[in-house]
Amino acid sequence: MIRTVQTEIITETIKKMCIEANYSLSSDMVKAMRKAEEKEESVLGKQILAQLQDNLEIAASDMIPICQDTGMAVVFLEVGQDVHFEGGSFEDAVNEGVRRGYTEGFLRKSVVGDPILRENTKDNTPAVIHTRIVEGDRVKITVAPKGFGSENMSRVFMLKPAEGLEGVKNAILTAVKDAGPNACPPLVVGVGIGGTFEKCALMAKKALTREVGKHSDIPYVRKLEEEMLEKINCLGIGPGGLGGTVTALAVNVNTYPTHIAGLPVAVNICCHVNRHTVCVL
Amino acid sequence: MDRHISAPVGRETAEELRAGDYVYITGTIYTARDAAHKRMYETLREGGDLPINIEGQAIYYMGPSPAREGRPIGSAGPTTASRMDKYTPELLDLGMGAMIGKGKRSQEVIDAVVRNKAVYFAAVGGAGALLSKCITSSEIVAYEDLGTEAIRKLTVVNLPVIVVIDSKGNNLYETAVKEYRKI
Repeated sequence: MIRTVQTEIITETIKKMCIEANYSLSSDMVKAMRKAEEKEESVLGKQILAQLQDNLEIAASDMIPICQDTGMAVVFLEVGQDVHFEGGSFEDAVNEGVRRGYTEGFLRKSVVGDPILRENTKDNTPAVIHTRIVEGDRVKITVAPKGFGSENMSRVFMLKPAEGLEGVKNAILTAVKDAGPNACPPLVVGVGIGGTFEKCALMAKKALTREVGKHSDIPYVRKLEEEMLEKINCLGIGPGGLGGTVTALAVNVNTYPTHIAGLPVAVNICCHVNRHTVCVL
Repeated sequence: MDRHISAPVGRETAEELRAGDYVYITGTIYTARDAAHKRMYETLREGGDLPINIEGQAIYYMGPSPAREGRPIGSAGPTTASRMDKYTPELLDLGMGAMIGKGKRSQEVIDAVVRNKAVYFAAVGGAGALLSKCITSSEIVAYEDLGTEAIRKLTVVNLPVIVVIDSKGNNLYETAVKEYRKI
């Protein structure tokens, strides 16, 4: 049975999600931030984490975006193969949702229309849209506005297979160490291992949308996530990069089959304002 | 050590501050980020004057989100300072007194801070809602066409910042991290 979905509903849903994501964090992130404050050993670090708690409260109660960098809108769409869209272009509908969300929601317009000419598009469009066709008749939308303080510190490493798991660990630590205070720690670290050059980057981005505290089902990957979180928190970078024991809140790793000759690794770094909101239509 | 200072930040004030000091700034500061810096740099290359008198001023690397009705400004936290490194030594040599941002600076910037007895503060990145509460007025004074990247004159009351690089060249990002590094 084909199910018809009006594109206007996609637009209105994405509008609401852009606004919601920028004014309040999901409950997993809120919990992780509270835990971070308890765990932090540095006095200044604790003070910064307390400020960030206050910041979240002010953002929600006074309707001020959590961070002024309300991001470039990254939108993941899982579209059921039994869905038929009516009402115009699907991608236009997504961008219209971003346009309305960023305009009506008093969010910052941070997108330039060309990377070299750099003229602001003034409505934060276009979004970065990743669409996958899946089974069923539903549309799952994930909106993840991404700030660029942390995006700029993200990396792709094309390792040799011989470098193995140790190589992956070094890549993750290198990226986080180089990011230091620039990426607004405490961080959430998204990692993609395998696939191709672009596939690992996409997996790393998607990993950031995974609930913080939830681990991979693959035993060695889960172990890697736990070990890397511990190692990163031994780097001393701390909240705001001003020293401390909480540098990251989570390391989320996704994997995919790859070529006999390669071991691609992408590390997508996100600040503590790790925004992701999900809706199923 | 907790300190309260007023802005503009004179050389005498900057010289007293030490990396690690927790400072509350009250007074007038200006915003400028990537595009405004680029334009100021180009103006200077062409032999023109800067749009503001930069002597002793504190520049906040910040591009706010839009203000709701009746409010002076939207979310207003710091952006990554290193993107301004290319333009910064010249502005310091022209008398800029202080910078507020987040993240590492180049050796050229650190040298210019020491040479000019200036100071680099970090505000907490990602605390834009909280920091906006310390801003009581905001007015665009130059480059309005740059939108969020325009130069704004802000009145701030007890804006909380931390001294990262002081006039002696001490760098809190290096010293504090060493204290907690275990690997």
